[in-house]
Amino acid sequence: MTEAALKEAEIRDGVDRETIETVQAMAGKYKYGWETEIETEYAPKGLSEDIVRLISEKNGEPEWMLDWRLAAYRRWEKMEEPRWAMLNYPEIDYQDQYYYAKPKSMAVKPKSLDEVDPKLLATYAKLGIPLKEQALLAGVEAPEGERKVAVDAVFDSVSVGTTFKAELAKAGVIFCSISEAVREHPELVKKYLGSVVPQSDNFFATLNSAVFSDGSFVYIPEGVRCPMELSTYFRINAENTGQFERTLIIADKGSYVSYLEGCTAPKRDTHQLHAAVVEIVVLDDAEVKYSTVQNWYPGDENGKGGIYNFVTKRADCRGDRSKVMWTQVETGSAITWKYPSCILRGNDSQGEFYSIAIANNAQQADTGTKMVHLGKNTKSRIVSKGISAGRAQNTYRGLVSMHPKATNSRNYTQCDSLLIGDKCGAHTVPYIEVKNNSSRVEHEATTSKVDEDQLFYCRSRGMDEEEAVALVVNGFCKEVLQALPMEFAMEAQSLVAISLEGSVG
Amino acid sequence: MALPQAKQDALAARIAGLSFAREGWLGAARAEALARLSAMGLPGKRDEYWRYTDPAGLTVAEAPRAAVFDASDERPLFDGIDRLKIVFVDGVFDPAASDDLRLAGVEIERLATAGGADIHWARDLYGVLEGRGQVPVQRPLAVLNTAFATDGLLIRVTGKAARPVSLIYVHNSDTSDAILHHCVKVEAGAEITILENGPAAARFSKVMEVEVAEGARFHHIRAQGRDHERRAVTHIFARLGAGALFKSFTLTANGVLTRNEAIIELNGDEAVAHVAGAAVGDGNFHHDDTVFVTHAAERCESRQVFKKVLKNGAVGVFQGKILVKPGAQKTDGYQISQSLLLDEDSQFLAKPELEIYADDVKCSHGSTSGAIDEVALFYLRSRGVPEKVAQSLLVLAFLAESIAEIEDEAIAEDIRSRLEGWLARHEH
Repeated sequence: MTEAALKEAEIRDGVDRETIETVQAMAGKYKYGWETEIETEYAPKGLSEDIVRLISEKNGEPEWMLDWRLAAYRRWEKMEEPRWAMLNYPEIDYQDQYYYAKPKSMAVKPKSLDEVDPKLLATYAKLGIPLKEQALLAGVEAPEGERKVAVDAVFDSVSVGTTFKAELAKAGVIFCSISEAVREHPELVKKYLGSVVPQSDNFFATLNSAVFSDGSFVYIPEGVRCPMELSTYFRINAENTGQFERTLIIADKGSYVSYLEGCTAPKRDTHQLHAAVVEIVVLDDAEVKYSTVQNWYPGDENGKGGIYNFVTKRADCRGDRSKVMWTQVETGSAITWKYPSCILRGNDSQGEFYSIAIANNAQQADTGTKMVHLGKNTKSRIVSKGISAGRAQNTYRGLVSMHPKATNSRNYTQCDSLLIGDKCGAHTVPYIEVKNNSSRVEHEATTSKVDEDQLFYCRSRGMDEEEAVALVVNGFCKEVLQALPMEFAMEAQSLVAISLEGSVG
Repeated sequence: MALPQAKQDALAARIAGLSFAREGWLGAARAEALARLSAMGLPGKRDEYWRYTDPAGLTVAEAPRAAVFDASDERPLFDGIDRLKIVFVDGVFDPAASDDLRLAGVEIERLATAGGADIHWARDLYGVLEGRGQVPVQRPLAVLNTAFATDGLLIRVTGKAARPVSLIYVHNSDTSDAILHHCVKVEAGAEITILENGPAAARFSKVMEVEVAEGARFHHIRAQGRDHERRAVTHIFARLGAGALFKSFTLTANGVLTRNEAIIELNGDEAVAHVAGAAVGDGNFHHDDTVFVTHAAERCESRQVFKKVLKNGAVGVFQGKILVKPGAQKTDGYQISQSLLLDEDSQFLAKPELEIYADDVKCSHGSTSGAIDEVALFYLRSRGVPEKVAQSLLVLAFLAESIAEIEDEAIAEDIRSRLEGWLARHEH
């Protein structure tokens, strides 16, 4: 939305000035749009078996990994790009992309963070991502309240470094780049890679299976509570380069981990492709929290440039009483196509999905979740908030499926949309499939933001309507943001920073 | 793009033996529909729009057999209502069983004999609203109906109709395959109630195109008959002018396969459209409500209220959509779809959609599925209500919101007694 258009936009009851101003402040002001000037080594443009072989070779992979990639590539060649989402974008030329780019200084993998190119470290410092494990380990006191977060930093196609590895190793936690895991922990990778998102899953996941260059690998052993939060920070820097990272998280019995993911990219006039896969395996009594603040470059206000974000994320709650929680704040990307899902296979397993999706200017988002209830007494909860402004289109698309054997299960879904301006769109496309009668499924979608009962309660305590609305919405908004770990909540809050109070009419 | 050969063959098989007269405005409208149908082919279960309902029984060449059901244990529906009766037997108008077609405030013509006459208003309606309803989703079975309908009525309402017009569809043959097409034009300020009941045929395809002009009122109440084995696909295409009112309620009890589509355009400001349905199924029952409401004007109101009670493997489907076009400000759109599953075997499949391009709107949808509330049941039992009675009470209470959409209390009572009869016959 242009500033002029915003100023002209009639301020209606229900959309207060603060909301408009915050959106205005965000428009065209992408903080992370700068580029790091660094010499980069590219694979030749385009995609072929040779490129797949080259990526595999660059990563020093064993033959089984190469075979796996090639099988995916051959399958992908026969597949068609899905077009069912409410997204409108020109055809992607998959041959007009680089599938591998890495900073030249990474030609020899640095042994420790000390050896990493200072330019790269500076890049992450500028992004506010701490790659300063040394200082902390050397006994320098961390400021009070600051918790340790281990970071795996991925720059274009390669992981540039992972912090706190030694400390994590003491607890038995494996946290490294996936290329390293393929070499160092082949038995785990072989067992779990593709077991949640199979190669054949969908067009973009298959493409990722063939060309993924790096990503993070996490293994939390039985009974271990991961001593710190784990984080991956993805940065696309090189031009015309697709980023295809693959993340695999395995939470063994009774373990716990909280995992954070952040992403940014420079401002460029051309669209860039990002097709990631995240697989999470959760065994008996384990719990995984996965939080994302997605802030890829969204393109300018006319829709020029920006990341095309096609992501497949899925958690398989294989174990009884296992639990997974997806939290996402989606503010970036020109196109978002993303449905973090939960397969609730274990009895008494739980899945949660909290999402705030903001689409402004010419952005288009088609995002949501799938909750597939297979085990008995499984529970899921979906809370989705979509905010559209400018000429943006924002779609919630979701599936809740109760299989015949998933008796006594429960789902609650709430999807709310807020439109700012009359040129944007907000859409809801839920699929609800109930195949047993002891389960309860409830779905609500609305444009009014406040629960009437809560409002009534507040009013009965003497508050006027605005106070009541402010209280209830504040409380709700905090609930979603608080689902994020503290470090992320701060970033997310400043990104979202949109007062939902005024959106209630 | 040419249709794949398999689709061409399937269509050719389906329409083999069907024909229409090419003369006059009606012939032209039918020929145009046939051309559209040839380009789209018949629906298949892989089509997203048929995700939850397999259309095979509706698209196979021969109508699957359906035994005629003896419903004489019940008083005929709407019996006590003063109405103009028009009877179709297996899709063919039966003048002997019907009343005289003259009614104050209403003009009624038979479609089968209308082709030669210049009925200008019908010309602007027949196949026209159906054609508008093909975007963004194709509805080939309605197009097939437009091309090959064998009978139907053209009803023009110029004032307040003296009595409801009651269409009674009698099923008489195990293999009947009926295609009816009605057009209803309610002129500005006019009002009519149309009642429909009966199973109609072994396989029944019906399209009703309804134009409700400014300030006009259209009420529609139908019950789809108790025959266990019948199949039906029905479409209502409606277009509403400013301040117009459209209300439609459907009761479905039994039937192997029922797909009821309602495609409603709110084209004039402050128009109101309510579509409601109550479906009760026991055993081999597949019932699909597919609704598409388009808000294209300001300050309009739409309500969709669909309730399903299912047992013994019955399947209920709801696909409902509210589309709010740019500029359709102050829209009030509401949609609720709920199912009560009385045992472990039944299924409820729903896709309630919102597509909104205007910001100053109030749109909501809700969908729930579950068993009878044990707490409510316990409460009733603790008050001395026997279990079966308590269950029936709770089922009726569950369905009440949809029946409340019927304005005429006598008709609503008739529908309620039908449901009570069904519950008594299908007790646990």
